[in-house]
Amino acid sequence: MEKKIIAFNNLYKTCNLASTILIIISLLLLIFKGLNYGVDFKGGTLIEIRANNNNISISDLRSSFNNMNLGDVSVKQFGNKNDFIIKFEKRNSNQPDFILNIKRKLSISIGDNFDFRRVDNVGPKVSSELLKSGIIAIGLSLAAMLIYIWIRFEWQFSLGAIIALFHDVVITLGIFSLFKLEINLSIVAAVLTIVGYSMNDTVVIFDRVRENLKKYSDLQIFELTNLSINETLSRTIITSATTLLALLSIYYFGGEILKGFSLAMILGVVFGTYSSIYIANPILVYLKVSQKAVLKEDKN
Amino acid sequence: MLYFSKLKIISVIIFTLLLSYLTSSNFFKFDDSFINKNINLGLDLQGGSYLLLEIDNKPVITQHLQNKLVQIKNYFKDKKIPLKNIMLQDNEKIYFTVNKDQIEETKSLLDKDDSEINPFFQQYKSHQFNIENSDNEFMLSFSKYAIIQIKISSQNQAIEIVRRRVDEIGTNEPNILKQGNNRILVELPGLNDPGRIKSLLGKTANLTFRFITQNEEESFGTEKLFFEYGSDQAIVSKRIILSGDNLIDAQPKMDNQSNQTVVHFNLDRVGSKKFAKATTNGVGKKLAIILDGKIISAPSVIEPIIGGSGQITGDFTFQSATDLAMLLRSGALPAPLNIIEERTVGPDLGQDSINSGILSLIIGFILVVAFMIYKYRVFGLIANIALIFNLFILVGILTLFEATLTLPGIAGIILTVGMAVDANVLIFERIKEEIQDEKNQILAFDSGYTKSKTTILDANITTLIAAIILFIMGSGPVKGFSVTLGVGILTTLFSVYYIARLLTALYVTKNKFKKGLI
Repeated sequence: MEKKIIAFNNLYKTCNLASTILIIISLLLLIFKGLNYGVDFKGGTLIEIRANNNNISISDLRSSFNNMNLGDVSVKQFGNKNDFIIKFEKRNSNQPDFILNIKRKLSISIGDNFDFRRVDNVGPKVSSELLKSGIIAIGLSLAAMLIYIWIRFEWQFSLGAIIALFHDVVITLGIFSLFKLEINLSIVAAVLTIVGYSMNDTVVIFDRVRENLKKYSDLQIFELTNLSINETLSRTIITSATTLLALLSIYYFGGEILKGFSLAMILGVVFGTYSSIYIANPILVYLKVSQKAVLKEDKN
Repeated sequence: MLYFSKLKIISVIIFTLLLSYLTSSNFFKFDDSFINKNINLGLDLQGGSYLLLEIDNKPVITQHLQNKLVQIKNYFKDKKIPLKNIMLQDNEKIYFTVNKDQIEETKSLLDKDDSEINPFFQQYKSHQFNIENSDNEFMLSFSKYAIIQIKISSQNQAIEIVRRRVDEIGTNEPNILKQGNNRILVELPGLNDPGRIKSLLGKTANLTFRFITQNEEESFGTEKLFFEYGSDQAIVSKRIILSGDNLIDAQPKMDNQSNQTVVHFNLDRVGSKKFAKATTNGVGKKLAIILDGKIISAPSVIEPIIGGSGQITGDFTFQSATDLAMLLRSGALPAPLNIIEERTVGPDLGQDSINSGILSLIIGFILVVAFMIYKYRVFGLIANIALIFNLFILVGILTLFEATLTLPGIAGIILTVGMAVDANVLIFERIKEEIQDEKNQILAFDSGYTKSKTTILDANITTLIAAIILFIMGSGPVKGFSVTLGVGILTTLFSVYYIARLLTALYVTKNKFKKGLI
């Protein structure tokens, strides 16, 4: 039973061009539009309110909060129509009775039919530390991956894998910037998992490329990568499918708090799968990886 | 790869059952359970408050400098080196000058390795003070090590006081931890409204008794202080008659005569003596009771108080008297605390999160299981059995270490479900390839396992690296995610290489002559 070989390699150039454009757009978005940081990274206060009856409207909430002199207040519906998220960036909010006072003022203006379900209050010092450690964590994980692949493979593979990773992370963040989706601590966790997943996918194909390089001395790297992609294709599809099934389940049933997290992961898995085929492999072609590279490695 | 010794089979079964048993102990209560452990639910799941407090060490450092200034003055006096113009500069430095002919001697006393007045060198290879010297002028400021030492000691004191105050409130199983050298993390499970605890932690509770004076020329110096209630001011002597340290008990009480709420206190022996002496000499004077720089009240001393107990009057409600008594019992903080991060989750939101987490876990699990059966039939079933035990072992290990499960942690488990089948998929796909060249099915299965091994290790180690970095760098709920993701990878490898491989081996050796096994 011979499987049909799909010519992925015919699209290397087209896809690389598309990805380059996407990366440039994403970088421009990140530089000029920036990311929509949540209170974790920007500092400030987040209050999740649930109304116990339908009498509280979003405009009531907005006007009561605007009267409290808290600076720029954002009020949004969250999940079902009785849940609201209120965010503001007020300095000196670390007075012990800050939240209590807000609750008191709110009950005067809209009555007692609400609960504070969640309060996050992050000082400016903590938020900048969290942002810094988030960036360091992502940087560290990229570096760790680079080193791991370098040890396990030749440098060409390492470079290919890292560029693919960079591609996934930048485009995922670019989409978050484009749609003004909130970046919080769990998004950093998602990005790190994307890094792990994308790497996982790339490594499986690279392992096969290396094996085939030793096996077929007459195949050019251009055909060889395509053969390896095809041989591992059904695994790539099945694993992406099961992972996506799990993630879609979190996205639809996991509640509002995990929405952004699972969305970032879904994007990451889609781009991660794409990039292991169309970014990581063409780079091996451009770097003219040959049998010599892996045989030399074996001797060492 | 398909051969298992009896011993191995038995150990795999025992290990799996043991951890599955641990898992079940989270859901059923066994009376005779030999291991009584449970997974902890994170604050985001059970509801509660997370507070991060930062110690404001500035006043502590100033206090230490003031003490040191006196010591330095006396030390050099003993060495026959009179210091001139000694003073505190910007609350950061000690400044003084010496006679020109004593510059070198002063320098060597401060600079030598075993200096008594500028210690630490033997221990840290750095002195307590950095010395700036030009001509006969000296400027001393705390070195990095001295600052760290001060911070650590004030953190140790503060955490003790915080613990006492939190205990007094009586929340269940609070978690109080040091963070760095100037922060304290307080986790209060089940606490819905942290307002009261925040206001209690926000007070230093530095209590002093000092006489009010009209005479501004007092030898100890005076200061103008505000009353706690209202905007009145009074001039108070800096001489401390008695401080909160001498209190051994404080309780709120109804005063029968005035029908007011007061705080009744008892003093230790030293405190009783001091108080008796001061009140004997000070009959007729007004004694101010000062808390954190504000006068609570200033009653006149009518007669000497020699019994070692007394009461604080003030404009108290019963609640505020109770709080003050509690603060006085727990003692003063060495420095003010600022709440720099607060996260509170109500219990109903926590329950909602548990429900939606479990729902999405079940749905994700069913989807993946159905997909695997559709794709691989018998081997899909084998992968699924491995997956179920994988989950049992994962939860069992979390239980064994009493790990904290958070909402992102549940997401990590669901993700493990999705990614766990990957290793089995890799193996099954490899076997399919091998079967094309190898007619002996057992050999094909065997080499399928062997050849996919490095790939599977490589692929899982990358995710493990990401999980480890997240564990080190992450905090709170996100850390919970890294734990389930990381442990999930390890249990996945176990379930694939021991459980699934064992089942595959049993199935394949029984059906080795059947065509098209996979």
